[in-house]
Amino acid sequence: MTEVQKIEFSPEAMLEVSRIVSHYPQDKMKSALLPVLHIAQNEFGGWLSAETMDYVARLLHIHPIEVYEVATFYSMYNTKPVGKILIEVCQTGPCCLNGAEKIVSYIEKKLNIKVGETTKDNMFTLKTVECLGACGYAPMFQIGETFYEHLTEEKVDMILENLKQEKLKAINN
Amino acid sequence: MGRKLLLEHLNKANINTMEGYLQNGGYRSVEKALKKMTPDEVTEEVKKSGLRGRGGAGFATGMKWSFLDRNSGKPRYLLCNADESEPGTFKDRLLMEKIPHLLIEGMIVSSYALGCRTSYIYIRGEYMFILRILEKAIAEAYAKGYLGENILGSGYSLDLHVHPGAGAYICGEETALIESLEGKRGNPRIKPPFPAIAGLWGCPTIVNNVESIAAVVPIINDGGDEYAKIGIGKSTGTKLISASGNINKPGVYEIEMGISVEEFIYSDEYCGGIKNNLELKACVPGGSSVPILPNHLLLKMSDGNPRLMTYESLSEGGFATGSMLGSGGFIVYDEKACIVRNTWNFARFYHHESCGQCSPCREGTGWMERVLHNIEYGHGKMEDIDLLWDIQRKIEGNTICPLGDAAAWPVAAAIRHFRHEFEYHVKYPNRVFDEDHVYQPEMKMQKV
Ligand SMILES: Cc1cc2nc3c(=O)[nH]c(=O)nc-3n(C[C@H](O)[C@H](O)[C@H](O)COP(=O)(O)O)c2cc1C
Ligand code: SF4
Ligand code: FES
Repeated sequence: MTEVQKIEFSPEAMLEVSRIVSHYPQDKMKSALLPVLHIAQNEFGGWLSAETMDYVARLLHIHPIEVYEVATFYSMYNTKPVGKILIEVCQTGPCCLNGAEKIVSYIEKKLNIKVGETTKDNMFTLKTVECLGACGYAPMFQIGETFYEHLTEEKVDMILENLKQEKLKAINN
Repeated sequence: MGRKLLLEHLNKANINTMEGYLQNGGYRSVEKALKKMTPDEVTEEVKKSGLRGRGGAGFATGMKWSFLDRNSGKPRYLLCNADESEPGTFKDRLLMEKIPHLLIEGMIVSSYALGCRTSYIYIRGEYMFILRILEKAIAEAYAKGYLGENILGSGYSLDLHVHPGAGAYICGEETALIESLEGKRGNPRIKPPFPAIAGLWGCPTIVNNVESIAAVVPIINDGGDEYAKIGIGKSTGTKLISASGNINKPGVYEIEMGISVEEFIYSDEYCGGIKNNLELKACVPGGSSVPILPNHLLLKMSDGNPRLMTYESLSEGGFATGSMLGSGGFIVYDEKACIVRNTWNFARFYHHESCGQCSPCREGTGWMERVLHNIEYGHGKMEDIDLLWDIQRKIEGNTICPLGDAAAWPVAAAIRHFRHEFEYHVKYPNRVFDEDHVYQPEMKMQKV
């Protein structure tokens, strides 16, 4: 089932876009592209569809291709749908010295998915990412804007369960 | 206890707010610089301090500032590099998260010295929560008259904005950062022209690391000479070191330049020694891009004297026996850590982060990753070790930006110092690991 979503920023998002655009000279609106894509991804289900990218191109008066090439270059932009909760585990050296690989396998087993996959209920997507600047607090993952550090299997269980309950509550309301 | 210039007030109440920051002497350097000094006098103090860029390359900050084209008639820009993506590095994050006003204060004074009307902090997209902290602090600074029109009645005006990246290590390279700030892919530019002549939107631009800019605050408060009294030789002042890996106390430490590596690793003030009472095997002292050193080369220089935490001492002996201070990302490996696995891990990182513009980097990083993967997983051949050496040598120096070198050096150093581990992997493909990816006892490093 795919939801048909109208691609248009909420008034609050629109306000934020104008604030961001005002940071750059008037003829350099394209500079707002990265921050505006972050807003777009937040607004439209955690990923950037072609429609979303075209919409952003229109807003910033640039060609759609200029948006596509940026969206595909930067790893934080998802050009395919992701689950409601995107788990991004750091897999780089320093984290591996403190058990990052075990945390990844634990989550894979727990959610019964492999890295890169989404659970059947569309709740969780598991991704591995490169160093997030938390190497001293390893192992760690990022979900949304939050860093979860010094992870253990028990902590992972708790964090994921809490976030899932929150999401379910939000959906039911 | 060493002197602290940046983290002195780290644990003071409300230091993240304007009020708490002012109570601890905040924004004095803005008062001093804007009211009592000319921009050139500010630059002069920075030159006297001997401050060297804290982003990795260690280029003298005052000198860099003097290269800025001041006669182009175009706007000039200061960009703060808060991309912090070098594996092992997490110091700028602490500074911005806990003492955001220190960076803002440094940005105001530095922008004044450079004659900028607008400046930007480019922060990695994953640090969105810090972007929000900085934006809040910037709003406080505007409200207090430290930013905006006619700051403190000095006639100087400055706007400061934070700009998020979106997950690309390469955007820490200064010309890629500029491209990214212009709303493009982070492809490094061919130099020259250097940003000081043609940077952001073709205008003269200076890019400096977060820590470099924060260090301008104590330099202006106490004078460049006072700053230069700390440290040894051309390594002046204090340095933030992010320590990670197999140590008892990972974290960010502000050290006076010149303490010994041994003290840094073993004293309780800093890393507190190796975890689980294991032996120290190796260390990457300056972020993933710098050469790894085995313990005997790490603790002592070639003349037998202790190796110190300075630019010069850490690079003593060149790559044959030395490494680099780099970004201060200090990664420690205990005797059970697998050097091959770590080298493969870093190669994967550079392959993933290569922007793809130059073939030696684009193809070479991927090739090294595949060969290392084969060796690590028991499908390696002896020739592969020489092949790796060959690939990294062909990348080094043959690319547009230094990411190519950064990908080559860790592989070269691992083979140079730990060739026996690569050979062991090839010879005994089934014997290397237990199920936790930890070395079997017989592979423990010989005590030196
Ligand atoms: C691949 C690559 C990544 C880099 N990443 C960073 C970074 O994350 N932060 C940083 O300050 N400098 C980084 N640098 C160094 C910058 O290009 C630049 O030298 C630095 O920001 C200058 O500031 P400084 O003189 O204050 O050190 C990187 C360089 C390269 C080649
Ligand atoms: S060296 Fe690598 S990262 Fe740098 S410009 Fe060339 S391909 Fe891009
Ligand atoms: S290596 Fe994982 S956060 Fe740096």
